[in-house]
Amino acid sequence: MLSTQSPLRNAENRLILWHIYTATGALALGALFGLLQGFSRANFLVMPSWFDYYRMLTAHGVLMALVFTTFFITGLCTFAVYRQIERSERSLTLAWVSYATMLVGTAMAAITILSGNASVLYTFYAPLKASPWFYFGATLLVLGTWGVAADIFANVIWWKKRNPDTLIPLSAFMAATTFLMWIIATLGVVAEMALLIPWSLGWTPGIDVELTRMLFWYFGHPLVYFWIMGAYLIWYTVIPTTFGGRVFSDALTRLSFLILLLLSTPVGIHHQFMDPGISSQWKWLHTMLTYGVVIPSFMTAFAIFASFELAARRAGVRGFWATIRFLPWGNPVFTSAALAMLLFIPGGFGGIVNSSYAMDALVHNTMWVVGHFHITVGGPVALTFIGAAYGLVPVLTGRKLFAPKVALAQAWLWFVGMTIMSLSMHWAGLLGAPRRTSDVTYMGASGAQTWHGEMLGTALGGTILFISIALFVYVAVGTLIWNKPESAPSDFAFAPLEPEALPTPAVFDRLPRWGAVAILLAVLAYAGPLQEQLSQHHYLAPGMRTW
Amino acid sequence: MNESIHMHRAEKLWLRFGFLMLAIFLATITTASIIDGISPPSRVQTIDPTKVAQTPPFDHPGVRKISPGHYEVYYVAQIFSFNPQSISIPVGSHVTFYITSSDVEHGFYIPATGVNTMVTPGWVSSVSHTFTKTGKFLIVCHEYCGAGHQFMAGSIEVQ
Ligand code: HEM
Ligand SMILES: [Cu+2]
Ligand SMILES: [Cu+2]
Repeated sequence: MLSTQSPLRNAENRLILWHIYTATGALALGALFGLLQGFSRANFLVMPSWFDYYRMLTAHGVLMALVFTTFFITGLCTFAVYRQIERSERSLTLAWVSYATMLVGTAMAAITILSGNASVLYTFYAPLKASPWFYFGATLLVLGTWGVAADIFANVIWWKKRNPDTLIPLSAFMAATTFLMWIIATLGVVAEMALLIPWSLGWTPGIDVELTRMLFWYFGHPLVYFWIMGAYLIWYTVIPTTFGGRVFSDALTRLSFLILLLLSTPVGIHHQFMDPGISSQWKWLHTMLTYGVVIPSFMTAFAIFASFELAARRAGVRGFWATIRFLPWGNPVFTSAALAMLLFIPGGFGGIVNSSYAMDALVHNTMWVVGHFHITVGGPVALTFIGAAYGLVPVLTGRKLFAPKVALAQAWLWFVGMTIMSLSMHWAGLLGAPRRTSDVTYMGASGAQTWHGEMLGTALGGTILFISIALFVYVAVGTLIWNKPESAPSDFAFAPLEPEALPTPAVFDRLPRWGAVAILLAVLAYAGPLQEQLSQHHYLAPGMRTW
Repeated sequence: MNESIHMHRAEKLWLRFGFLMLAIFLATITTASIIDGISPPSRVQTIDPTKVAQTPPFDHPGVRKISPGHYEVYYVAQIFSFNPQSISIPVGSHVTFYITSSDVEHGFYIPATGVNTMVTPGWVSSVSHTFTKTGKFLIVCHEYCGAGHQFMAGSIEVQ
């Protein structure tokens, strides 16, 4: 085992800290924009023309959905692999080059957005035509993550060569599966960029709009599973360490990740229920497969609760409420994740509504959807990552967490703020308030008046969330500035396995094979709709800048 | 010991359940991609987005009476308005909307009804609705289309 002080370990820690603090920066800036969006929609303010609403909304979506989450997950998965696959020598060159590529890409895209040359929102639907720098930047961000994936795979392969008959350590397996899924998914967005970049440079006269939408959502849904897998990695293998618990079942954990891998891509069309140009049998097929996510979710809920219960029993505690009380609610790492799990329950139900064709017609592109993804990614995923940062930063720096009580308050504020904001958004959506709109009064139109009360709720929840993020930044930065490294930094071990668990079938560990099956499924699910589109007479749209 | 056996059974059950569901999903996707399933109407029709103003019936957008109580309405969505801007129809009518875009992606949505579709340049969208109540209905563009997106709205007077 590497000493916690070894130069290699220190270098690894520095790399991961850069990922985590970059994510933190994106989250902080994104939260400020989120707050202003809430205020703007409630008519508390009107954004000035030099920093208009849609430029800000593009920045919020990109910073939150693409930058914050991605940097956190690259950092987390690299951490999992480096800690579980110990090497006395390891080159960090690829990892640093990848990080730098991600960062340069992010900066390119961010500057282009903030200067008003890419107000195309984070979905960048053609034929809205952004400056080429935006597409270049986003592509670099993705290519940088491919570098991170290569580094993760290289370490796992190195380990497997030396331990052919042992299972890949669990957290490293989860990291590798997550990035295998990510590679397959991002092929879609990179293909889309291959169409958008020459077009934005003026080299091609037009763009096939529906094709770019399909490529985007081929990537856009697995993006959601990327977030979920990052959060599950923490729930399964980090959270039990906060109460002396264990991973309930190695086999079940791996199986749930494999299901997420397989069912990540063949579902993207559920984001296009309301699109013309895709006939309904494909919409139906993707709906059916979407429901598949229920399985790993239930498996995870069961496994997490089992790990609570078994740890409580070992401590002589029995019964539901006694088990709840046994859990370390004073620890912000645990509390963040536990509150995140609670938020995930209504989030899951909302998801079931969205993925049914008929219900979606009522809520598609309304505030309901915005409420839904704030109570899934904004709530559970972001709060899990924030909580994990409270755990990881002390491990990586050897410093105590600064102001842990503030951290605890932060988690509760996030829970309360997200509940208020998201409920208001869901409600506004049911009443028909559209999303992605700077002002929803429609010049006093009668139907629009009913939305105002809910918009006030959004602004209130958003204010609480903003305060919560400010506290998070205070703790995260305070730990670096005001707390000095301790003489003996604590080491970190992921949660051990429950010794009584069933053995894991060796086939679960054959990631290349599972990757091949996942690709096959993606091909099966998209061959039909793609063929249907490409067989139509095709018209290209020239594209324009409408902002 | 008793407890761990109990957990064993639960674990086994969950693993079986996981595998079974996975098998069902794989079977679904394979069969569905081989044989085309049920196919309720879903519009797959293209149009040249640069020539919408010259392409019938979108060269004359507006209301067409098909038979008593049945109407078709042709809309062109363009930044930042709908053409026609406002229409009126008798209560109880069954209306089929056909919408296309002459520039960027738009949306066509009548709040709190099932009339909800994306409007994609190059394609014709279609959605139907029966208006059983009188009153003025708001139509909003619910996909971001540019700086004036928040003003893009129309109305239907149901009499
Ligand atoms: C301070 C906390 C936050 C506030 C106050 C906030 C507020 C908002 C509001 C009001 C909108 C809707 C704007 C509109 O449709 O016109 C929005 C959109 C969005 N938010 Fe947040 N949000 C917060 C945190 C987050 C987090 C943590 C995430 C994800 C990690 C996130 C992801 C998104 C995304 C992806 C959109 C959609 C952007 C689009 O439609 O293009 N937000 N947010
Ligand atoms: Cu999805
Ligand atoms: Cu619009």
